[in-house]
Amino acid sequence: MQNYSIFSLVKNAFSNHQDWEVAWKDPEPKKEYDVIIIGGGGHGLATAYYLAKEHGITNVAILEKGWIGGGNVGRNTTILRSNYMFDANAHFYELGMKMWEDLSQELNYNVMYSSRGIINLAHTDGQLNAYARRGNSMRLNGIDAILLNREEVKKMIPFADFSDTCRFPIVGALMQPRGGTARHDAVAWGYARQADSMGVDIIQNCEVTGFDVENGKISGVRTSRGEIKTKKVGLCVAGSTTLLADKLNMRLPIEAHVLQACVSEPVKPLLHNVVTFGAGHFYCSQSDKGEMVMGGDLDGYNSYAQRGNLPMIQHVLSGGLAVFPNFSRLKMLRSWGGIMDMSMDGTPIIDKTHIDGVYLNCGWCYGGFKATPSSGFVFAHTIAKDEPHELNQPFNLDRFHTGNIIDEKGVGPKPWIG
Amino acid sequence: MLEIKCPYCGKRSQNEFAYGGDATVKRPNLGDEVSTKEWDNFVYFRDNPRGKHTEYWHHVAGCRQWFKASRDTATHEIFNTASLEEEL
Repeated sequence: MQNYSIFSLVKNAFSNHQDWEVAWKDPEPKKEYDVIIIGGGGHGLATAYYLAKEHGITNVAILEKGWIGGGNVGRNTTILRSNYMFDANAHFYELGMKMWEDLSQELNYNVMYSSRGIINLAHTDGQLNAYARRGNSMRLNGIDAILLNREEVKKMIPFADFSDTCRFPIVGALMQPRGGTARHDAVAWGYARQADSMGVDIIQNCEVTGFDVENGKISGVRTSRGEIKTKKVGLCVAGSTTLLADKLNMRLPIEAHVLQACVSEPVKPLLHNVVTFGAGHFYCSQSDKGEMVMGGDLDGYNSYAQRGNLPMIQHVLSGGLAVFPNFSRLKMLRSWGGIMDMSMDGTPIIDKTHIDGVYLNCGWCYGGFKATPSSGFVFAHTIAKDEPHELNQPFNLDRFHTGNIIDEKGVGPKPWIG
Repeated sequence: MLEIKCPYCGKRSQNEFAYGGDATVKRPNLGDEVSTKEWDNFVYFRDNPRGKHTEYWHHVAGCRQWFKASRDTATHEIFNTASLEEEL
């Protein structure tokens, strides 16, 4: 594989950039693979990469119905954080944060990780107390957290509404300084390129239409490009998980919901952190191009449509204007939607299943992007060793029967409310 | 914008309604012998279909009645709505 560096850039400039190697090939599916990963998104690509790199399993195919990186890894708002209170979440997402820090070097691909800090605004004393508790839990787990008072927040985002008459006064904030953003497309492409270079076949436009299961054991998958034999299958299909689980006679604690995001026209540097509005559901960061990247609530009804409706955009942006009144004259550039695999306790599921050789990676709700490296890492371990990594052991499917649910938000099994 | 036909008030904009989730989920009958697995299935597990979905809506900013709707989760088309007593 061609290394990307300043030297290769200069060298290729002499040939007008016509001679770059393709970043990943477009192979025909083989008759058989050791492992098949369904879903060429961030998690699927990362899983294939760590299968090859950490476990030496390179006879791997990624089957993608559309094109790689066209689903949620290209639709999220690129936020990275590990500001969780529960131990299981804190340890898992903190592994992810550590992996983000040197992911560009690891992949030889600039994922533009920016540790600009994530600020969760508090608008009441009670909310600030809750943030203090969460921050203390984070610090006990070795995660960075700072409690900011009103004056400190004001120094960071002076243009927010700090007037005495506003409906939701800012009384302080919880900040995770290492939180931030990364370029989501680059994450998918970086993993794809490295996985491909180690022998993984990335097969696009290949829809899985069925599974061959014999005596409780997977033997192959049927696809729009023919039958492929395999001993192990990993599902990384986010919002489409139920559709594939149906073909395996699995009923899951998951509902599909549409979440929208939007960006404004690009403006000069203004917002230097990721900010979440604690009184509603609105969050915002400024991309390197200058666009304000904004998101908020689910549309609030089951959906597989990958597009939402304008009332929710209006609702989210009215929350945004309550905290940043100076955004009122920004023009909106575009909005889009993605399908969230909402688990019933708000926590992902990374586990084996009742079928030998079928592994499940789903239930990411709206937090899958930041987990891309750690999810791929532990899912590759689960597939390779046929047992969960200690970090995804709590994310088992059985927790919905044993009662060990991980309900960080505590909203109950009604994902459209959270 | 979804236009939802409340069985009591007629067609109104989506803004007036709140969603109530999958209406095919049935709570086990009181007094029945129920295994914990059946309870878990009732509380957590869903069919989550792509296509026709029977669901509850609440006309919360209108007549405040709950009702059922049949809606396509892939296209958002609403086929019909009915009061809780009626068949969809």
